[in-house]
Amino acid sequence: MSVLQLLQRLWSRENEKPSKDQAKERLRLVLVHDRVGVAPDRLLPMLKDDLIAVISKYMEIDEAGLDVTFSQEDSQMALVASIPVRGVRRHF
Amino acid sequence: MAGRVIVITSGKGGVGKTTTTANLGMALAQLGRRVVMIDADIGLRNLDVVLGLENRIVYDLVNVAEGTCRLRQALIRDKRCETLYLLPAAQTRDKEAVSPEQMRKITEELAQEFDYVLVDSPAGIERGFRNAIAGAKEALVVTTPEVSAVRDADRIIGLLEAEELREPRLILNRLRPDMVRRGDMMTMDDVLEILAIKPIGIIPDDESIIVSTNKGEPVVLDPHSRAGQAYREIARRLEGEDLPISPPQMADGFMGRLRRLIGLQSR
Ligand SMILES: Nc1ncnc2c1ncn2[C@@H]1O[C@H](COP(=O)(O)OP(=O)(O)OP(=O)(O)O)[C@@H](O)[C@H]1O
Ligand SMILES: [Mg+2]
Repeated sequence: MSVLQLLQRLWSRENEKPSKDQAKERLRLVLVHDRVGVAPDRLLPMLKDDLIAVISKYMEIDEAGLDVTFSQEDSQMALVASIPVRGVRRHF
Repeated sequence: MAGRVIVITSGKGGVGKTTTTANLGMALAQLGRRVVMIDADIGLRNLDVVLGLENRIVYDLVNVAEGTCRLRQALIRDKRCETLYLLPAAQTRDKEAVSPEQMRKITEELAQEFDYVLVDSPAGIERGFRNAIAGAKEALVVTTPEVSAVRDADRIIGLLEAEELREPRLILNRLRPDMVRRGDMMTMDDVLEILAIKPIGIIPDDESIIVSTNKGEPVVLDPHSRAGQAYREIARRLEGEDLPISPPQMADGFMGRLRRLIGLQSR
């Protein structure tokens, strides 16, 4: 290993998240699916369908542009949804 | 008053259930309690060797369940501590040989005579686990600070809750302070952010556990072992003492050991 490679190694390791944080993030996500009892590839699509159904009662949304993901900041897991609104339904 | 029936369980195998059962049993007995440990790992008997009692087994759990012998006859008294007893697992028979209903009866009967009935659960979530929790009123969940072990612990916590075993307590085993310092190992606080459970103690990863298992002497009998100290503290917490749970420190070097030896530093 050249000196340059060694330096690169050290550098990239410093920039990488500590492995225990990676462990926590992966655990949080895997436990969501374990606890809900729904496979990872099914959970978000199911959630999306339900969200569309609920929100459509009030607004017209762009279903194709709907984006739902999990995000993790600090010690919290968040469900982040971006839902383009085309228009609000008139109720009177 | 009937004694406490506590199951020691984990989901994942090899994380320290048997070591924990043996050491808590011994530590509680040394506090003057009458303790019986049940090895519920049928077919994979281990608690006997960890305790160094393997040569004294005559009858086992299956014999008791089948009525081949009376419960009292199957109990082995520890050679070091006269208030400590073991009910060994059967070694060769099949796991179906004991039913949850039989386990409930056996633990109930033992709880009449002992302050503590500790049940060492096998790994997994099948029949052996069902047997182990059948008579228990409390549960200790053992995990290591690793993704797979914590994941399985979460599963077990859910199953315990479903069985009305509320308020299980967590033992974090094999913690390595050096790895924690590098950011390469989850701490108790990290694990508690993820699992819905209260802690009862942290056991450091400690060579003395392997040495003591080699000899068949629980590590709580070694006054210098850090793991032994940690187990003694858990025993006192079980007894109701309000001891703070502090994370294990780095093993000290030569000077620290010397200072401790000549009594300049407690522990
Ligand atoms: N704190 C520790 N430090 C070092 N070694 C340990 C520690 N705890 C357990 N071990 C070792 O890990 C191994 C597994 O421990 P043990 O048999 O107690 O686990 P278990 O959960 O009962 O396993 P199983 O699921 O097979 O019943 C043993 O060899 C034991 O000596
Ligand atoms: Mg075991």
